Amino acid sequence: MAFSIQTLHNFSASATISVMEEDKRETSFDADQAGILVKELKSQFDSGKTKTYEWRLAQLESLSRMMDEKEKDITEALYKDLSKPEFEAFIAEISMIKSSCKLAVKELKQWMMPEKVKTPLTTYPSSAEIVSEPLGIVLVISTWNYPFSAGNAVVLKPSEIAPATSSLLAKLLEEYVDNTSIKVIEGAVDETSALLEQKWDKIFYTGSGRVGRIVMAAAAKHLTPVVLELGGKCPVVVDSDVNLQVAARRIIAGKWGCNNGQTCTAVDYSELNESFGKNPMESKDMSRIVNLYHVTRLMKLLEEDGVSDKIVLGGEIDEMKLKIAPTIVLDAPEDSALMTEEIFGPLLPIVTVEKIEESFEVIKSKPKPLAAYLFTNNEQLKNAFVKNISAGGMLVNDTILHLTVSTLPFGGVGESGMGYYHGKFSFEAFSHKKAVMYRSFDGDSSIRYPPYTPKKLKLLKSLMSGNFFQLILTLVGWSKD
Amino acid sequence: MAPKKAGMRLLFFPSKAEIVPEPYGLVLIMTSWNFPLGLALEPLIGAIAAGNVIVIKPSELAPATSSFLANTIPQYLDNTAIKVIEGGPEASHRLLQQKWDKIFYTGSPRVGRIVMTEAAKHLTPVTLELGGKCPLIFDYSSISSNLKVAVRRLTSAKWGSCSGQACIAIDYVLMEEKFALSLIDMLKRIITRLYGENIGTLVNITRIVNKNHFDRICSYLKDPVVAASIVHGGSYDEEKLLIEPTILLNPPLDSAVMNEEIFGPILPIVTLKNIQESIELINSRPKPLALYAFTHDDAFKNRIVSETSSGSVLFNDVLIHYLCDELPFGGIGQSGMGRYHGKYSFEAFSHEKPVLYRGYYPDLAARYPPWNAFKMEFCRLGYNVDYLNLALHLLGLRRYPKKDD
Repeated sequence: MAFSIQTLHNFSASATISVMEEDKRETSFDADQAGILVKELKSQFDSGKTKTYEWRLAQLESLSRMMDEKEKDITEALYKDLSKPEFEAFIAEISMIKSSCKLAVKELKQWMMPEKVKTPLTTYPSSAEIVSEPLGIVLVISTWNYPFSAGNAVVLKPSEIAPATSSLLAKLLEEYVDNTSIKVIEGAVDETSALLEQKWDKIFYTGSGRVGRIVMAAAAKHLTPVVLELGGKCPVVVDSDVNLQVAARRIIAGKWGCNNGQTCTAVDYSELNESFGKNPMESKDMSRIVNLYHVTRLMKLLEEDGVSDKIVLGGEIDEMKLKIAPTIVLDAPEDSALMTEEIFGPLLPIVTVEKIEESFEVIKSKPKPLAAYLFTNNEQLKNAFVKNISAGGMLVNDTILHLTVSTLPFGGVGESGMGYYHGKFSFEAFSHKKAVMYRSFDGDSSIRYPPYTPKKLKLLKSLMSGNFFQLILTLVGWSKD
Repeated sequence: MAPKKAGMRLLFFPSKAEIVPEPYGLVLIMTSWNFPLGLALEPLIGAIAAGNVIVIKPSELAPATSSFLANTIPQYLDNTAIKVIEGGPEASHRLLQQKWDKIFYTGSPRVGRIVMTEAAKHLTPVTLELGGKCPLIFDYSSISSNLKVAVRRLTSAKWGSCSGQACIAIDYVLMEEKFALSLIDMLKRIITRLYGENIGTLVNITRIVNKNHFDRICSYLKDPVVAASIVHGGSYDEEKLLIEPTILLNPPLDSAVMNEEIFGPILPIVTLKNIQESIELINSRPKPLALYAFTHDDAFKNRIVSETSSGSVLFNDVLIHYLCDELPFGGIGQSGMGRYHGKYSFEAFSHEKPVLYRGYYPDLAARYPPWNAFKMEFCRLGYNVDYLNLALHLLGLRRYPKKDD
């Protein structure tokens, strides 16, 4: 039961008109304007309002309301940018944000509370706690995020290759949240470069390793900490003795049900079946490729010598509609571009091995991925997988789901990125955990001060040893040291 | 090292989630010269505990400790996996060209930028322990019954920590002008008692590490306006690289001594009409690694914690928070990024890998295309964690919005 194409066409027509209007606007956002923007936000932050619980709660609740009230607009924009089926849009983007907002609203007070910690004998008497404070002004590139739960002033720079979503986001956020402290800057390379020249208190970037390096290098000039959510070739290892039907379905959902392979944690290489009907190119349940550049890139991957003759399913490309059918390639050469670059598309290479353990070697020979998947019933294999393979995250007997578990940190390692977010980890990613210690002037021991006598040193040694008995002996003068 | 269990919603049943810490892999630790042993070994402990392979590059400005580490570490630790590389800037530069899985650097912001820029080429995560001008707010009237202890702590923390050459040393003092002369008087007496009367009789204090830094610190005093603000000390011995404890009263706020990290035995005292103004002044400057405040005024303490930002805050004492292993030690802004000590050291050198285990049953068709209104409603209820309605929905006992055809 698919929804009406007619209705969709109407929606996308109106979305087109609004995008055209935005294009007519002057967009000359340069380094000077970026500087002014940052100054403005700094004074907003210094006013202290973003630090209050009330402000944070109000923004989060508005965001949640926005997702409810504007669900249709968002779905349309995503369809316009990617032909994303409504269902996928709902699952992968809308619902996730809604439930994350809900979680943040529910837990915010607790997250904001200082954490009391124990203090050692050496600093007795004292009390200490860890206080979360916002970092200040934060730049978020390319992704939906809510660093304002941590009390920061925020600039969001959405991806320019999803223009409908980018303008919708700009419009909606202005309507729903406090836009003196939360701003959206649209644009491409020039605007991003102008923003990156400024001094931020944190930069959160989602995207490619190539641009990740540029972001980090720009951040280094101001000693700005970064979170980089990058990608990688996420492998799925499939053992022989599994329920192949379920495994296959899950792999398909993870690969093609998710933005048609254009997801950072999509299954990149492995094995499987079909759920898109007899003619996937016509299926409304399949997203298109985001733009012609990427269609051409993916085409090249398939046309390479040694790869084109290994296609066992699919391979159809419609350049006009920017669609590529789900395609499987069996045992492409190890050194082909398909096997060395991140695919980010609906092509699935399958690599066959004699013994399942050999797959570990294949994975370890490549840069660490954002996610690694394993389908098996073998406990030993599971343990070996977790122990020996390094990846941002791992999932056994399923794909992608770990993204939705808010108690698990989501982030990469090595080439797939640094830092984590989701759930409480998002709050922490955008907070500084400040150590605060309270001491009194009572009980001031003279052993801290010069002259540094041998007796004082003995006393200090026994104090540091943590051995209470030893301490007493030293104080009384009976220590053998 | 034990994996941490993560809570799972019933919706995901059956499944199990945990966070498994794993070593980053190949780690580079570059250390500083002022606490050359401690600052090399503290991160080393964390890196070992996290299971990494490690290279330590000690600072060449503390050559005796550098050789000690190079000679002694192989005697006690597995030197196929833990190595010490000695050398100067050239060696550091060459090491930084390599691809590391993590870099831990202690030192200046200037070199911190270089380290992070090099790390960016390989997407290597970094922990930077830098410095900054750590202020001490001296709320004289509030602590009048504890003045003696307070001044003693201030004195020994400033000059007893490598003669002020420490990242968390007190850089300057903020206080109300009416009490300044009393404080200076008390300081003079305690300095004389603990460290000697003048440059000729200086005891219990370290020298400046090398000629470069000696010249740098002396140059602060060569500025005539700054020189005019000296109220105690100011003498130095070029041969022995000694500078006596020196106090300045209100040097110009735009002078070098008030804008660069002093990292030496000079203590500027900046006076204010009202001690509450100290917060504004501190906020107008880069975020320090530590902020100290001597006060019994609880409201003022709360203001300080919530209105200023620093790596850490310590009330009524100096330096000692360094010893509390339960507290994370690290900077913010110009004073650094990342943290360590205690379990934070372990975490600084680990990747916390989430692992989710799933079973095959039940396998819900709602997850897979082709999509329809039933599946949509199922997922909507799932995200809202609405178990009751979810159950009703699956049993077909619930009405839900269907799309027009």
